[in-house]
Amino acid sequence: MYRYDEFDERFVRERVAQFTDQVARRLDGSLTEDEFKPLRLKNGVYLQLHAYMLRIAIPYGTLNSRQLRQLALIGEKYDRGYGHFTTRQNLQFNWPKLRDVPAILGLLADVEMHCIQTSGNCIRNVTADHFAGVAQDEIEDPRPTAELIRQWSSAHPEFSYLPRKFKIAVTGAEADRAVIKAHDIGIRLRRHPDTHETCYEISVGGGLGRTPMIGKVVRDYLPKKDLLAYLEAIMRVYNLEGRRDNKYKARVKILVHEIGAEEFTRRVEAEFAQLDGPSINADSEEVARIAAYFAPPRYEALPAVSNTLEAAKAANPAFARWVEVNTVPHKAPGYTALTISLKPVGQAPGDATSEQMRLVADLAERYSFDELRVTHAQNLVLPHVRQRDLFAIWQKLGEAGLATANVGLVTDIISCPGLDYCALATARSIPIAQAIQHRFADEARQREIGPLGIKISGCINACGHHHVGHIGILGLEKRGIESYQITLGGDATENAAIGEILGPGLAAEEVPDAIERIVSVYLAARSEGESFIDTIRRIGLGPFKAAFQETARAAA
Amino acid sequence: MPLLDRNGSREDRWTRSEGAAIGNIPAVLVPWEVLVEALDAQEPDQVIGVLIPNNVFFAELAPFLPRLALVAIAFPAYSDGRGFSLARQIRRAGFAGEIRASGPLIADQFAYALSCGFDTIELPEASAARQPVQQWLNAKESFSATYQRGYGESDRNVLDQRRAARATALIAAE
Repeated sequence: MYRYDEFDERFVRERVAQFTDQVARRLDGSLTEDEFKPLRLKNGVYLQLHAYMLRIAIPYGTLNSRQLRQLALIGEKYDRGYGHFTTRQNLQFNWPKLRDVPAILGLLADVEMHCIQTSGNCIRNVTADHFAGVAQDEIEDPRPTAELIRQWSSAHPEFSYLPRKFKIAVTGAEADRAVIKAHDIGIRLRRHPDTHETCYEISVGGGLGRTPMIGKVVRDYLPKKDLLAYLEAIMRVYNLEGRRDNKYKARVKILVHEIGAEEFTRRVEAEFAQLDGPSINADSEEVARIAAYFAPPRYEALPAVSNTLEAAKAANPAFARWVEVNTVPHKAPGYTALTISLKPVGQAPGDATSEQMRLVADLAERYSFDELRVTHAQNLVLPHVRQRDLFAIWQKLGEAGLATANVGLVTDIISCPGLDYCALATARSIPIAQAIQHRFADEARQREIGPLGIKISGCINACGHHHVGHIGILGLEKRGIESYQITLGGDATENAAIGEILGPGLAAEEVPDAIERIVSVYLAARSEGESFIDTIRRIGLGPFKAAFQETARAAA
Repeated sequence: MPLLDRNGSREDRWTRSEGAAIGNIPAVLVPWEVLVEALDAQEPDQVIGVLIPNNVFFAELAPFLPRLALVAIAFPAYSDGRGFSLARQIRRAGFAGEIRASGPLIADQFAYALSCGFDTIELPEASAARQPVQQWLNAKESFSATYQRGYGESDRNVLDQRRAARATALIAAE
């Protein structure tokens, strides 16, 4: 993975010093609260419901064991012994003290980490496929591109006071595991059909929030060398023309929608044509320098199938089921990418204690070339595990409550922190997730139902990605009472789709019943081997709406 | 209003004119709305600058640039970053006169403004009173190098410095 050179190191240290000075200038009155706020946000410090919250960037979701141990230490020393992994591959601490923030930033800098631009109206932490470098369907590793963008977007002189926040995601595989179509810019590495060179497909204007939109392709095949100049052109058009009169209409998706994708593309291309690419883009040596850090580790030559693993599976059905559900095939024979679920029934989705972080760090160091990943689905990944080591890992994870076999299943729920923590929330999310998990706790039943993504947001801002959940749940507040709106048919993959609302909002305690009815319709209607989302695509929303009305009527 | 450039406080030689009547003011800053009229009335030894709102398109301004010695871009709020992009476009077109940011900027934006092509910052009294000049000069030096090529000096650019280091290493190896 990427290692800081002297420049990166100095940049992050100078950023800590800068923020320390900004805090001092706020305290002595040089800066007003209004002026200080965006500076604080651009260093990841939020004022939440009960306390300050610190959001730490985990660029494109890649971590090593030393970094995760440092996060564990910070959690223990400055928080309540746990952290929360978010849907944007960040980590949040919910209880730090403002006066401790500079010290925490220093500890992060010690392990090549930071909180830069994890909030504010700027280019946010760049995310990527959590199986980058590992997935069998990958055309090219997206992380060198993401790292180049991380550096380019850090303290950008022109694009640090944008109309609104700006999120970029990159994938290099056929299957989209980075939800690129729901990002302000989505980048996909693909091969040009004629030249066979890898190029970028650039989409702009995706986003969730109160006006969900799927990104539109503005360039089918951008030569790789032109990336930064092209991004500069997009950002300049947005910075100049994005709406600033209404914060709810300020995202680039609204600009793209209002002037049309064609006109937006025309303006970007016109700006791009004015730019002197070679004076803006990273030269090929720089691109190669970054890419070299992401070279595959030295895999052992192993047979494609491990007899040790097969024997352990045969002897232990619970282990076999966990392997079945939580691992995916790996590029290297004899290896696998293992997802560690942070969704045991009844726990806040995405939370990990400092102890659990240390255990996972130890496992990464011992079994996964010292590397791990954070997924947008709020789980952790050991990306390079020998199949024959899985049993030992499973046993150790089990002791720490981390061996839940539910990745991609109905209890692997994505959820924002909701009204339990968040100042923006209009309803609770975590307790809803927990209630659904309890309802579907039986693992055999979960496997019987198969892949089903439930995503919960506690307000219209949609941090829980509910619009692109197979089942989406949006918590609102109506006359002082929490009300939950259910959507169906959303999709976060390369077939990105926004879910449709099934009917009137439900009370919190009615939600598990409603989910149950939806699942029953699916189980009755599905054909052999057909997944939940495929059944919806085939039969439409009608039968689900009818069943949903019954829930609503039963409740009324 | 207090004026700053990269070296600190600076005397403002420009006089603002509200309308198109620019008389014989030697260096006169006129509002965008009356620019055409003012240019018509320009005396041979007179220099004209314009104060533009930040939603003027560069293409609208471009035809006038050869006759202007100053373009002042209004910043209605420090959080409205349109002026940064506009300054970039004006500089890219080869404008060699002064570009000025006019509005309640904060010291932390000084380096950004200079990198985007601004020469001067014109502050409201209240902002300047809270943020002494030394804070601006200090904030300007917060980062010894930045990542974006084509902004500011290349000896303060990370990518250019890495490139220079590679070239040096290559020479040393030969």
